[in-house]
Amino acid sequence: MKRVLLWTPFALAALLLGLMLARLDAPHDETIASQWVDKPMPAFNLPPATDGIPGLAAADLATGEPHLVNIFASWCVPCRVEAPMLETLRARGVRVVGIAIRDTPKDVASFLSEYGNPYARIGSDVDSNVQIAIGSSGVPESFLVDGKGIVREQIQGVILESDVDRIVAKMKAMR
Amino acid sequence: MIAETGLLLLWLAAALAVLQALAGFAGLSRRGEYVAISPAARPLAVLQGLLCLAAFGCLIALFLRTDLSVLLVADNSHSAKPWLFKFAGAWGNHEGSMLLWLTILGLGSIGVALFERQLAPRIVSATLGAQAVLALGFYAFLLFASNPFARLSPAPPEGAGLNPLLQDPGLAFHPPTLYLGYVGLSVAFSFAVGAMLAGDANRAFARAMRPSVLIAWVFLTLGITAGSYWAYYELGWGGWWFWDPVENASLMPWLAATALLHSVSVTANRDGLRAWTIMLALVAFSMSMIGTFIVRSGLLTSVHSFAVDPTRGVFILVLLALYIGGALALFGARIGKVASGATFAPVSREGALVMNNLLLSVILAIVLIGTFYPIAAEALGYRLSVGPPYFNRAAGPIALGLVALLFVGPLLRWRRDRLARLPVIAWMMLAIAGVGAIALVVLVPRSAILPALGLALGGGLAIASLLPLTRRSLRRTPATTWAMVIAHFGVAVALIGMASNAAFTEERLIALRAGETTTVGPWQVELTAIDPVVGPNWTAIEGGLVARYDGGAPTTLHPQLRAFTTPPTETSEAALLTRWKGQLYAVLGQPTSEGRWQLRLWWKPFVTLIWLGGILIALGGALSLVARIGLLRRARHYVRQVMP
Repeated sequence: MKRVLLWTPFALAALLLGLMLARLDAPHDETIASQWVDKPMPAFNLPPATDGIPGLAAADLATGEPHLVNIFASWCVPCRVEAPMLETLRARGVRVVGIAIRDTPKDVASFLSEYGNPYARIGSDVDSNVQIAIGSSGVPESFLVDGKGIVREQIQGVILESDVDRIVAKMKAMR
Repeated sequence: MIAETGLLLLWLAAALAVLQALAGFAGLSRRGEYVAISPAARPLAVLQGLLCLAAFGCLIALFLRTDLSVLLVADNSHSAKPWLFKFAGAWGNHEGSMLLWLTILGLGSIGVALFERQLAPRIVSATLGAQAVLALGFYAFLLFASNPFARLSPAPPEGAGLNPLLQDPGLAFHPPTLYLGYVGLSVAFSFAVGAMLAGDANRAFARAMRPSVLIAWVFLTLGITAGSYWAYYELGWGGWWFWDPVENASLMPWLAATALLHSVSVTANRDGLRAWTIMLALVAFSMSMIGTFIVRSGLLTSVHSFAVDPTRGVFILVLLALYIGGALALFGARIGKVASGATFAPVSREGALVMNNLLLSVILAIVLIGTFYPIAAEALGYRLSVGPPYFNRAAGPIALGLVALLFVGPLLRWRRDRLARLPVIAWMMLAIAGVGAIALVVLVPRSAILPALGLALGGGLAIASLLPLTRRSLRRTPATTWAMVIAHFGVAVALIGMASNAAFTEERLIALRAGETTTVGPWQVELTAIDPVVGPNWTAIEGGLVARYDGGAPTTLHPQLRAFTTPPTETSEAALLTRWKGQLYAVLGQPTSEGRWQLRLWWKPFVTLIWLGGILIALGGALSLVARIGLLRRARHYVRQVMP
């Protein structure tokens, strides 16, 4: 018994070092999963961002239809690059809604007239409160939300042409 | 030429280490002619250490001259850097810091070779042999996997610069201090290995080991204290401990060394706990090596990972497996040969020290599990991170139990004692602390239990730790008792600082225009100006803040948002205003759209006590060291001779 006890430190160290060696050899997964996936959108109710397009509330996302919630701003240069992709998504049947960050009705209107309007609704988040509440760190950013208002994916940065097919398929599957 | 000289010196030192190992282990042989060559281990150790020191000197010279034809210099330095950072930049990178590690290992060998005269020659030469084997592994690592003297051809016109977070005077002291701690423990490790090989671990062995443990422990304490303060003011997050893997990497050897320090005193004074002392010596240095490994391998992500490299990680891991595995296997096989020492009653000084050791070991296990659990979890297929909530809740109560033990433990007598004999005041302080903690939790709204207990126990211990000085002549009190009292008093001071910071810190996050005022705690803070300023290798936006305590006299603070040019990086330089009651901590953030500037302000009552306590703890260790190696006695002797 005592002999076994004397060898336990060795066994523990071997275990620890073996674990380290195993992990060192294994490929590292550096992706950080969004904490919002599979959680409901927080409650919010935003006024319209510009004339003629209704505002956005959390209740609008829980209507049974999946939505792509796009966080954008008229002053955001990458958003201009993203605009055609959103237009394509809309044309292929994805319901796109927007949240305009720290923007004015005039600027949003001229942004939409210049780069097209894929949005069914746009809420105006003047002081970024909703943006912070849903854990978005910049513009553009998109959330794929299912018919019950549950976030299924968070896309940071611009949606690229190569992402479009995957997003369309995922949104169809959520129906 | 300097680079080639440095490399040559390293190879020569490695060759001498081979000879040192052979001579050292020859001392264990039963054959007279082998034993006869073993004394050569001492001069070989001295020479090996000196050559390594010279090689390190070559590297520093290369950095001071910014010799860009050397790869390491080109990658990590820049001609426009202030000279202190050129100097410290020599170890602000992977290769240089490994050479520093080896240099200090060499100095440790020199110390053993020159000053250890009391211990049996068999143990000394085996110890030097073990020390040489340790050094050889790291020489191999340096020469084969991370040559600091590699040339770069053609030489670039300018260097890449040093990570701006490291461009701080603290870099000059923090790594050498911590390494003195880590590597100082290697001497204790070698003594333990030597004793096991020789099959003999008596009081003389413990007394020989004690100075190296004390040196290592003092420097580790200072290193952790300084590192904590560095993170506090340089990272601009207002926290002083983040349970970051690399912080844990320095904390684990410290915990083991603290336990070792107390158990080695049992072995040295009473000849008890022999096997346990040997075990702790092995664990302490193993933790140091694992600490180095964590920083370098990229296995754990950390704010400290400025020297990440997975391929070198494998090399170090194999070394670790050899050393740690070898030593622990030796323990399993040989410790039975070491005769067990003296016994003692449960209620005794030894008993209290065993409790101390148990509690420290549990904290060590908690930190170890918390640090490596994410890796284990990843191996099992899921991902998580372990943060402050786990560490604080798991280790906090046990640390407070350790503090409670400190009220009475130091008052107990060796071998056998009765609790009833202890002075009433010690029990009273403990009771008052308990009642005080409950009162704090009940009376002060929103107060958490751990900080309240910390404040109460810290306050009680500040008095109880002085009790060993009562009922005796202060002039005749041995220096070692003073040392213990100072260190334990330091624990109380640090604890009060931690608890006060946790319980009473006030925070204000606000966006201000120039001319506007805000308040945080008792302070009124006005943002007076935002100006650009220029430094040697950076430009910055500097906020001018005027702070008044309770409407009193104004003091200015200048937090900065610094942009370094080489390499291009932005850092935030916090501004601190220190008063005896605490610190005002100001960080300048980004500008907002309406011409306002984000400001983050903290008022942290008595936060400075954390580091003051750390310094007191180290001071206690240093005084003990001075007393143990007989410096005081020698000095008194010398004074008597000069002035009869």
